Amino acid sequence: MENSTKIEIRDLNVYAGKTQILRNINIDIPRNKITVILGPSGCGKTTLLKCLNRLTDLYPELKVTGQIVIDGKNILAAREDIYKLRQQMGLLSQRPYPLPMTIYNNISYALKLRGIKNRREVHKLVMHYLQQANLWDEIRDRLREPASRLSIGQQQRLCLARGLAVNPEIILADEPTSALDPISSQVIEESFLKLKNDYSIVLVTHVLRQARRIADNVVFMYLGDVIEQGTVQEVFENPKMEKTKLYLGGTFN
Amino acid sequence: MTRAQKTEEKFFKLLMIIATYFIFAVLALIIYSIFEKGIKAISWAMLTQIPQGGYYYGKEGGILNAILGSLSLAFGATVLAFVIGLPVALYLNVFLIRHKKVIDVIRFLLDLVWGIPSIVYGAFGFSLMIFFRLQTSLLAGILTVTLFILPIMIRSMDEILRTVPIGLQEAAYSLGSNKSEIAFKIFTRQSISGIITAILLSFGRAIGDAAAVLFTAGYTDHLPNGLLEPVATLPLSIFFQLSSPVPEVQNRAYASALVLTLIILIVSLFSRGIGKRYHKTKINF
Amino acid sequence: MYLLNREQRHVINYTWMIISLLLVAFLPFLLFLGLYLKSVLLLHDYSLTDLIFSKTWKPSSGQFGFYPFIVGSVWVTLVAMLITAPVCLLTAIYVTQYTKKFVLRIMHPAIDILAGIPSVVYGLWGILVIVPFISKYLGPWMGVSTMGYSILAASFVLSIMIIPFVLNILIEIFRAIPMELKEATLSLGATEWQTIKNVLLKKALPGIIAAFGFGLARAFGETMAVLMVVGNVVRLPHSVFDPGYTLPALIANNYGEMLSIPKYDSALMFAALLLLAVSLFFNLVMHFFIVRYNKY
Repeated sequence: MENSTKIEIRDLNVYAGKTQILRNINIDIPRNKITVILGPSGCGKTTLLKCLNRLTDLYPELKVTGQIVIDGKNILAAREDIYKLRQQMGLLSQRPYPLPMTIYNNISYALKLRGIKNRREVHKLVMHYLQQANLWDEIRDRLREPASRLSIGQQQRLCLARGLAVNPEIILADEPTSALDPISSQVIEESFLKLKNDYSIVLVTHVLRQARRIADNVVFMYLGDVIEQGTVQEVFENPKMEKTKLYLGGTFN
Repeated sequence: MTRAQKTEEKFFKLLMIIATYFIFAVLALIIYSIFEKGIKAISWAMLTQIPQGGYYYGKEGGILNAILGSLSLAFGATVLAFVIGLPVALYLNVFLIRHKKVIDVIRFLLDLVWGIPSIVYGAFGFSLMIFFRLQTSLLAGILTVTLFILPIMIRSMDEILRTVPIGLQEAAYSLGSNKSEIAFKIFTRQSISGIITAILLSFGRAIGDAAAVLFTAGYTDHLPNGLLEPVATLPLSIFFQLSSPVPEVQNRAYASALVLTLIILIVSLFSRGIGKRYHKTKINF
Repeated sequence: MYLLNREQRHVINYTWMIISLLLVAFLPFLLFLGLYLKSVLLLHDYSLTDLIFSKTWKPSSGQFGFYPFIVGSVWVTLVAMLITAPVCLLTAIYVTQYTKKFVLRIMHPAIDILAGIPSVVYGLWGILVIVPFISKYLGPWMGVSTMGYSILAASFVLSIMIIPFVLNILIEIFRAIPMELKEATLSLGATEWQTIKNVLLKKALPGIIAAFGFGLARAFGETMAVLMVVGNVVRLPHSVFDPGYTLPALIANNYGEMLSIPKYDSALMFAALLLLAVSLFFNLVMHFFIVRYNKY
């Protein structure tokens, strides 16, 4: 079997001015699995995610050191090809942020950035990705409407389809169901379980039950440190660290 | 990124930098030209004397009449606008808090009124004066300028008052305060720095405006002496002296412009400083 | 300690609030009514279209054609917007998207000072700097002979005056766009500029249009600064280097003699009514434009 690690994070430190947000993070993220990053809010989960696709570049006050190696390449050192790099990952954020365009163009814009311009191909792919995100059947007749008219749950699935449309290898999801109703959340979770055959998924959440339902691996973070990591069985059934036990027991959130 | 994309991005970024620097450069140029011309022309006599005979042909005198006139006019209008404006702003944020629609309509009306040019207020004030058979006077000027700065006053105070958290209100109700006590005691104290900023902002607008007082306040070479007498104002004194063909008089216009600009800069400096100072009684949430 | 008891004070405070509120709420209608009653004399004798489209302005012989003033105002306003609009848009994008926070921190006081400088001082600056620049350099360089007192001079001074107003709104609009929308677009592999061009500008478009609309309304009514540099010649301008005359300047220049000629005062009040109508109209349209858009 070829190298089963997709992303290696080595000695990652992130500082915002004088305060340190992430301390000596070392994580291996496996290929074609769902890795859940778990922890109370404010523990640096979102920042970690932003390091992975270099959105940290947008915040001049953040300083990032260490290595993030994807397929043998340290992406923190990359200078020129950030745009290509970001296309290797689809991003799903806490709330859906559809682009101010029609539903159709939300997907076709991502395709255009990939360089696909042939109209028939675009058409085919838009349909394909909307199907992958379990959205096609609901909106097949509304493709020319502004994306903002969709329900929140539909918008989030549209964002998922848009993230897939850049043809990524990795999906980064930052508490993607926190703004959604239970049914939409379930649809998203089901999509993830299907998608993990083709993608490596990193999911940030603070919902324990969600982690237990869909995770293969779990990383538990607290106040900028990785406390414990391992398979879902290891962490949930047999936690080694005191803090993990307390968190799983619901003592703090 | 292709080369064409890179060039496009660079081109627009360059345009943006030019635009930003353009604004700073123009501001610097304006301040520089006012100071450069004004400092040469200004003198102690200009600040402390009223126009003597032959002043407008370049003889002795100063613009004390206009300085004091402007200050009293702006002061009067600001006080009046405050007395009318504060209750309106409080009413919106305390009494109407549950009537979102009504608040929206009133805010909208205020924004409409804010947009009306000051010359229209001037003309309106003038037609009122004729209707009531009044002469141009300090009082007429104050009333007109009050109308003109009222929307500025109310909307700036409103923006501050609407940030007072609902929890503070609830706490005050639970102590048994009635609505007007909450408005005048709790809200004003919590927002005092913002209210002072609003007052200073309005004062700056009032002292700088010429079009509204052109019809209503008149002009005189004497110091202001009574509400029913005409009064000189700095903007108009700049305007009149500048249209004189005599170079000495034009120079005095530059000096007057410097005085007016300085007053306004000082007022705006104050309002920035006070915003930071008066946080003592404010409860931070 | 108090003269009145709590209840009495409450009643007084309440009445005071209501009276003030009524005054403010009826202000726009009062203004309109007051000016309308004064200009009704003129509207009685001339039709509205005559007044607006007739080109002859001879108050002493009873001819009141506002067309040259309206055209002058429109020219000055539009040319000013041609300068203000791109400058403000580019600056707003730059300070909100590209620079570090401290640029925005020095931008705000700069905007405040620009907004605080009185109209007459802008006019004075125009006479000192812009008018000579046009007559000595720009005019000859373009091959036109001009006095300098011109539509262009007025437009330029005016464009600087409305920059703080428009820029403030634009900065607010760009800052209100959630960071996550930018992140979402970048994560698709778009460059910074593609993000701005294809997504942020589209998102901000209604706000941008509204900001320009409000700026336009403000510019249309500006009086003293324009009056001081526009030349004040009652004639239809053929180029931006020609002098012109604007509606506010007409009112301000002639208030002294308006009671000496029959119907002259009525004509000037009609000009003020026109200004009021334009201002209210623009602000109304922009307001409903924003409200309508915000529903989506």
